[in-house]
Amino acid sequence: MASVATTAPRPRRRRTKLQRRQTRIAWLLLLPSLAVVAGVALYPLGRTIYESFTNQEFLALSPTRWVGLANYRELIHDTLFIDSIWETIKFTLITVGFEFALGLVIALVVNSRFRGRGVMRAVMLVPWAIPTVVAAQMWKWMLDDTFGVINDLFMRLHLIARPHAWIADPSTSLASVCAVDIWKTTPFVALLLLAGLQVIPEDLYEAAKVDGANVLQQFRRITLPLLKPAILVTLIFRTLDALRVFDVFYVFFGNRPDTQTMAIYDQSTIVGDGHVGYGSAVSVAIFAIIAIFVVIYVTLNRVREA
Amino acid sequence: MTAAGQAVRPAARPVSLGRRLRKNPLGRLALRAPFYVLISAIFVYALFPFYWVVRSSFTPEGRLFQTPIQYFPSHPTLANYRGALSASFFTDALLNSAIVAGSVTLLSLAIGSSAAFALGRFKFHGRSFVLYLVLSMTIFPQIAILGALYTTITRLNLYDTLGALIFSYLIFTLPFTIWVLTSFMRTLPGDLEEAAYVDGATPLQVFWKVLLPLIAPGLVTTGLLAFISAWNEYLYALSFIQSPNHYTVPLAITSFVSKTGSAFAVPWGQIMAATVIITLPLIVMVLVLQRRIIAGLTAGAVKG
Amino acid sequence: MKGNRRRGLTLATILAAALALVVGLNAASAGTAHAKKATATKAMKAPKVPNAKAIRAKYKGQTITFVGDSVGGGHQRDMALSKQFTKDTGIKVKVVPHPAASDASYSQLARAFSTHSSSIDVAMVDVVWPGSFAPFLVNLKPALGKQAKIHAAGIVKNDTVGGKLVAMPWFGDYGMLYYRTDLLKKYGYSKPPTTWPQLFAMAKKIQAGERASNPNFSGFVFQGNAYEGLTCNALEWLASSGGGTFIDSKGKVTINNKNARNILNLFRSQIGVSTPRGVTTYQEGETHTAFIDGNAAFMRNWPYAYSLAQAKDSKVKGKFAVAPLPHGTRGHSVATVGGWQLAVSKYSKHKGAAIEFVRYMTSMPVEKFDTITNSNVPTIPALAKDKAFVKKYAPYLSPATANVPRATRPSSVLGTKYNEGSKDIYQAVSRILNGTPAQDVLPGLQSQLQALVK
Repeated sequence: MASVATTAPRPRRRRTKLQRRQTRIAWLLLLPSLAVVAGVALYPLGRTIYESFTNQEFLALSPTRWVGLANYRELIHDTLFIDSIWETIKFTLITVGFEFALGLVIALVVNSRFRGRGVMRAVMLVPWAIPTVVAAQMWKWMLDDTFGVINDLFMRLHLIARPHAWIADPSTSLASVCAVDIWKTTPFVALLLLAGLQVIPEDLYEAAKVDGANVLQQFRRITLPLLKPAILVTLIFRTLDALRVFDVFYVFFGNRPDTQTMAIYDQSTIVGDGHVGYGSAVSVAIFAIIAIFVVIYVTLNRVREA
Repeated sequence: MTAAGQAVRPAARPVSLGRRLRKNPLGRLALRAPFYVLISAIFVYALFPFYWVVRSSFTPEGRLFQTPIQYFPSHPTLANYRGALSASFFTDALLNSAIVAGSVTLLSLAIGSSAAFALGRFKFHGRSFVLYLVLSMTIFPQIAILGALYTTITRLNLYDTLGALIFSYLIFTLPFTIWVLTSFMRTLPGDLEEAAYVDGATPLQVFWKVLLPLIAPGLVTTGLLAFISAWNEYLYALSFIQSPNHYTVPLAITSFVSKTGSAFAVPWGQIMAATVIITLPLIVMVLVLQRRIIAGLTAGAVKG
Repeated sequence: MKGNRRRGLTLATILAAALALVVGLNAASAGTAHAKKATATKAMKAPKVPNAKAIRAKYKGQTITFVGDSVGGGHQRDMALSKQFTKDTGIKVKVVPHPAASDASYSQLARAFSTHSSSIDVAMVDVVWPGSFAPFLVNLKPALGKQAKIHAAGIVKNDTVGGKLVAMPWFGDYGMLYYRTDLLKKYGYSKPPTTWPQLFAMAKKIQAGERASNPNFSGFVFQGNAYEGLTCNALEWLASSGGGTFIDSKGKVTINNKNARNILNLFRSQIGVSTPRGVTTYQEGETHTAFIDGNAAFMRNWPYAYSLAQAKDSKVKGKFAVAPLPHGTRGHSVATVGGWQLAVSKYSKHKGAAIEFVRYMTSMPVEKFDTITNSNVPTIPALAKDKAFVKKYAPYLSPATANVPRATRPSSVLGTKYNEGSKDIYQAVSRILNGTPAQDVLPGLQSQLQALVK
């Protein structure tokens, strides 16, 4: 980003006056955005942090009190929350891994030249256009233990002998939500990677071909290194998104305790139970966990570049 | 990853064999065959679930709960569509979602493009700070501010109104819009603009008459992305909306379970019909704008 | 490149045309279908509103919002009664079905009340809620105190908080066992099971036999999803086996005991054995769907399912009966008290019209109508005493099933924290049903509940 130079008009004469004027216009133009950022993000974030030190309740009839670190002390021993962290991390690793692998394959396919490529590019985007909640409903229906098509298909293929309760059975419940997320989000990953692939100049491949590099070598030496920025952006995007997953789990499991994500737990604490104070502490913890992931990515990237 | 490379280009064998095969038409087919198998697999994977929705939406309610399962409805019916469209909360939801997603898109384009103008075409102190602030908003966990946003919205008397959603959705549409549009602004050459300034145009005129038309592809891409994410949002809608006549589409879809008084409490047929109805506009939009989206992302987000 | 775009556009046009076609056809065929439906459901007419003229004079033209039922035919009843009410009084009633899961509908009301929203005028509230919602509800005693006298005194007491009548009894509920008479005969049983082990043994045997012809058949279905319904189910298992009621009436938490462990572990061992594996995702709807489709031999459910199972399109019409729920090897049958009340929000802008609506909805003719059309349990004892009526319309009201001792959820001890306590309970039970031994879960639940009652 910073490598692109700005090309603002700057005649040499009257430089300082013009610059001052420019600065003023720039801030004026930024004003609405900054107001939104402050109103929708910064103020609520500050409030969340503040409320995490109080015992605020939703249906409370008694006044809210400052309770210091009490919420955080409780949080450390909250096994439901700790379970939900692991559940979320498991979900994140599985889905981001699969989505990246599948997305890369799809991106490479639709980036190569073949008849019907336009149609394929459109088809690949269909799952992405379907609202997550709707996708979750669809899959819940497909995975239904009695009337679901997945059981029927698998039984026809003799993969299973009897209908399986994919969502109910704890051994497959995580896999079943992952399947929905992977189906729904792989197109987005493919899209970002495809955009990255298109930036790679064609003549690099031509030159490699002249040098006698085979396709695999081309992929290793040209595609992968040049795709790295896109890969990084994609992975960060997806990881952060997966860590805050809510919709699919909510539709599939409701308040079921063994399959809660951090976001589900937080939402049910604040909106369901009405514990605004404690729920805010949960929010702050989620914020910190996600920040840790960002730091990990950024450091990994720095280390590799160094 | 290497596996992926092989799968896509099966020619990743010793070059000589590949060359020999490529010379002969049958050999060429043999080389291409795995590739087309892969394409078909992706095709089926992406579309089968949607096909299943369409088939369920045309299957009479009674037959949905029947085994063995029919892969093609033997008695197609429109009853499910009738049921879905006669549920007032669902038709309301279509309108509400259109209003919310539309306003969010317009607002973030208006606010975002002016911010992008400042960030992309002006040099001033604090510019990179603002850019980083915006970037940090894209990594913002929406759930983390749910509670506080809730109190804010209640204080502003926006609870249970579409305004609450329009206001809160900006948190995820605006940063992305600013980010992509700024990239677009920066790639534009300076001469056109300079010429306009020399002719005595004000910055606002330059923005409106010169720059905006040039970044139109970026506006389309970011507008579409904003629209889709607002159309699909669930968590805030679930938390800030209460009356069914203010439901958005995702809320309505999950409410079908309880909204009908039929003997089958989970009217899957109607849910599936509703799914088809709300998904079609998005699919059509994506199909029409598919090339734009890819082009927009290429120029914008990924490069950054 | 250009070709591509054209193809994309063509595809889009086709899709749009398909959509237009669907919508068009839909509109064309809507008329006939509605007519058909109307004749099917108009079995009985909604009762007229008494004293309609006076009400019309006072409140005509006002609109009230009623958050009503969603399960079974309850929504249709609400629509039919509201329509009648509007016709007679000129008060428009907007019927809004509440979320199916009762905890979801609790938080919906809690949110509305905490924001002082006037968007709800009349709401149906669960028997366990009056305690926590009392501060937000209108005292109905001055207007409806006289009418309350015809309702069961126990429920009226439940709905009276601090001397104020905050809700009117509407219909009652209790758990009972539905069983297939034809299948019991087929497998050589002369009467329904009386203990839980008997139930599971019979369920297993019938399931093994029926699976040959119907792979989706299961012995026993109940509400095993992690939601309020599971608290109700678990209470019946515990209380019928000497395992207590989670918290006793004096506020002592009792859940971590041997009988409770045993019965919960017994249920755990039956998941996927004599019940469908998916039963841990079932709410009322999935449960009665399985039973009505002939996919289950036994079902635990509320009385509402009776009329659904007797309906024309039910596959088990005339092939089933109801009995008290089984009990532990030591212990006696119990049934969880359920039921719904009607309350008027303090933030309503049309309290007068809302109260008139509640008066109508909780009157004797309406309760009779509800019992006949929806097999709900009337809260007016005089109705259950009418033997001819019971025999004809509501066999489940016969003394054998209706006079089973009731178990109450710990709502009065938990007060405003009931919802949270119930969540702790059903989440713990859900863990057990999904495989964790009860002895590993109950100590945790004990301390969670302890923290709420203190």
